[in-house]
Amino acid sequence: MVLFTVAFIAHAVEVAFSVRNLDDKTKFDFTRTKRSGDLGTVMMVLAFLFLFAAVIFRGISAHRVPWGNMYEFSITGALAFTGAYIFALWKYKIRWLGLPVAIAVLLTLGTAITILYRPSAPLVPALKSTWLAIHVSAAIISGGVFLLANCVAATYLILDRYESNGARPTWALKLPTLEVLDQLTYRLVAFVFPLWTFAVIAGAIWAESAWGRYWGWDPKETWAFITWVAYAAYLHARVTVGWRGRKAAWLCLFAGSTFLFNYVYVNIWGTGRHTYSGL
Amino acid sequence: MRTALILLLLLGLAAIPGSLFPQRSQNPLKVADYFKSNPGTAKFLDQLNIFDVYSSPWFSSIYILLFISLIGCVLPRSFEHLKGIGAKPPLTPKNLDRMELHAKLETGTLDQAEVWFKKHHFRIRRDANSISAEKGFMRETGNLIFHLSLILILIGVAFGSLFGMKGDAIINVGDRFINIPTSYDVISFGKLESERTLSPFSITATDFKATYDLKTGAPSDYKLTVNIADPVGSKEISRVVRVNSPLTFGSTKVYLQANGYSPLVTVRDKQGEIKFQGAVIFLPQDGNLTSTGAIKVPDMKPQVGFIGSFVPTFARNSERGAFSTYPEVLDPRLLISIWTGDIGLDSGNPQSVYRLDTSAMKRIGLKTLKLNETYDFSEGSITFEGWTPWVNLQIVKDPGKMYALFGAILAILGLLMSLFTRSRRIWVKELNKESGVEVAGLAKNSTPGLESEIASLVKEMRG
Repeated sequence: MVLFTVAFIAHAVEVAFSVRNLDDKTKFDFTRTKRSGDLGTVMMVLAFLFLFAAVIFRGISAHRVPWGNMYEFSITGALAFTGAYIFALWKYKIRWLGLPVAIAVLLTLGTAITILYRPSAPLVPALKSTWLAIHVSAAIISGGVFLLANCVAATYLILDRYESNGARPTWALKLPTLEVLDQLTYRLVAFVFPLWTFAVIAGAIWAESAWGRYWGWDPKETWAFITWVAYAAYLHARVTVGWRGRKAAWLCLFAGSTFLFNYVYVNIWGTGRHTYSGL
Repeated sequence: MRTALILLLLLGLAAIPGSLFPQRSQNPLKVADYFKSNPGTAKFLDQLNIFDVYSSPWFSSIYILLFISLIGCVLPRSFEHLKGIGAKPPLTPKNLDRMELHAKLETGTLDQAEVWFKKHHFRIRRDANSISAEKGFMRETGNLIFHLSLILILIGVAFGSLFGMKGDAIINVGDRFINIPTSYDVISFGKLESERTLSPFSITATDFKATYDLKTGAPSDYKLTVNIADPVGSKEISRVVRVNSPLTFGSTKVYLQANGYSPLVTVRDKQGEIKFQGAVIFLPQDGNLTSTGAIKVPDMKPQVGFIGSFVPTFARNSERGAFSTYPEVLDPRLLISIWTGDIGLDSGNPQSVYRLDTSAMKRIGLKTLKLNETYDFSEGSITFEGWTPWVNLQIVKDPGKMYALFGAILAILGLLMSLFTRSRRIWVKELNKESGVEVAGLAKNSTPGLESEIASLVKEMRG
């Protein structure tokens, strides 16, 4: 819990630095920009490590993998999201994404501590399975990358609107071209789609041993399927039909929102067997 | 392809209502509630199959159309692809300068290029004055494997639902379950399956242990010990069933799905003669296993029935009346209301064993019984002798699931193969008038990496 707060603060500092980073850019003071940007990245990595430790300690305090309720899903999801960003940062140089990522993580963690927090407790019998670790980790990592892809797609749409009305505003001048954003979205989705497929299939195998059927159109399963279909449609639209840019970005946002809907609505208000939020 | 894409999106959309409205296949009680609270809308929605979305004609027709279009798309492509296995890459196009990547070199020969291509495992076609090279054949292979395995999954699902069976049986600990249709509370067969094919095993529940978290009362473990005999009458073997580890008999699996308590009662008539004795299954109403049920004694004159409530750990307050504070039996009570008259068993209408039809009966008493307590009422007496846990066994036969699993594994492998293979072509052609060659490349789906690859080739040819 303490570590967790430290991670939270680190993320807050990250936001502060990212904001300064953006402010500085408007003044074209590149030396200062670089320094605050670097600090932001360092903070992000630190926050990732603290959050990682927080998740591990939660697991130790509960004597199990820390994926038993919504609070735990959220902190691990935030971890996966930060991790996906750091990975993408290292591979594709996308520091400009730091601000939206930090804000999104901050919001997730904020909700996790205030609304979703539950003291650690043992798992209900249906969750006692090695598939918990496999299925949930695959789903959470997929979720983190899906959300990152959504951030990129949203950035695409915002910049696209600016560009179609004339030039980009000064703060966006250093951001990549629309084409790069479009490609990045596609690559994130193409990278994580097999993992999501795996998460769904692992869930089906687990459901077969816990509930006696591998597919039962439980609301969670239905929405996982809808998300799968939406991303499959996105990949097809890009690869086969040749959708690019605006249309593809909207489709990606739609697919991402089906994932979020599944996470928030079905976990909290939904019926069915996936009611493990602990709320 | 476009049709398939539209159908895919339609299938996603069509799945939505099933997650927003209660479904008969999952929760028939909720559907009944919906009918009670909104009879008009419910009737209308029912005509649209909103309560059976996933077996509705419109949902089925979308996925059948999708799979027809998928088959129509994938099979011809598969044959095409098979033919292409040994084939050479296509001819070098005439105007290479139209390609997205294009360079002219003053030095370099086709032989040098061929050496480079061979080193990097390209498939090549060498003509008189050009080389056409191709790499990334596995991309299409993976793509086709993925789509073919989706068809395999569907075949598995269809096979399972045609030749499968599914049923539920509640048995008290101590009782034996024999796998014949009459042992089940609910049973349904696939269209091409009949009751004669039930495998003839028996299961005797010898012990059931539920462990709960002391603080929250949430269950932490269920452990059912059984003796199984397959076929019935052969030597019994002891087995343990847990929520995540079912029993397996061939393609039939037995799952531990739910549990509850059966109070043990003895009912005597006015002369003291035993008219009913045994464990009566009560259904849990909340997480702490406050359970309700009915005890029917048709052999008494007039007939006697009890509506009962079993409370494992007793508490009472003015708001809720009697209720349970913990799911384990620590301080049990049996609350009963006593009715006489006609139970209605002779009318021939089917009746729930958990409910007493009191329409032709009169209430003659109310009592809260402690363990081993006897209550005398005007027609006789009832004794609360103890309790036994019961378990709900779900028995499922699904001969198609191995195909579906195999299809799912293949699908992931195909997907990985397809999404992580880059497919590209590179051409090298001798220049007509000047000395030297021109190099051009094309990447499918404009995947990156081709540029650096061509740079490496050019470097090699420049020496």
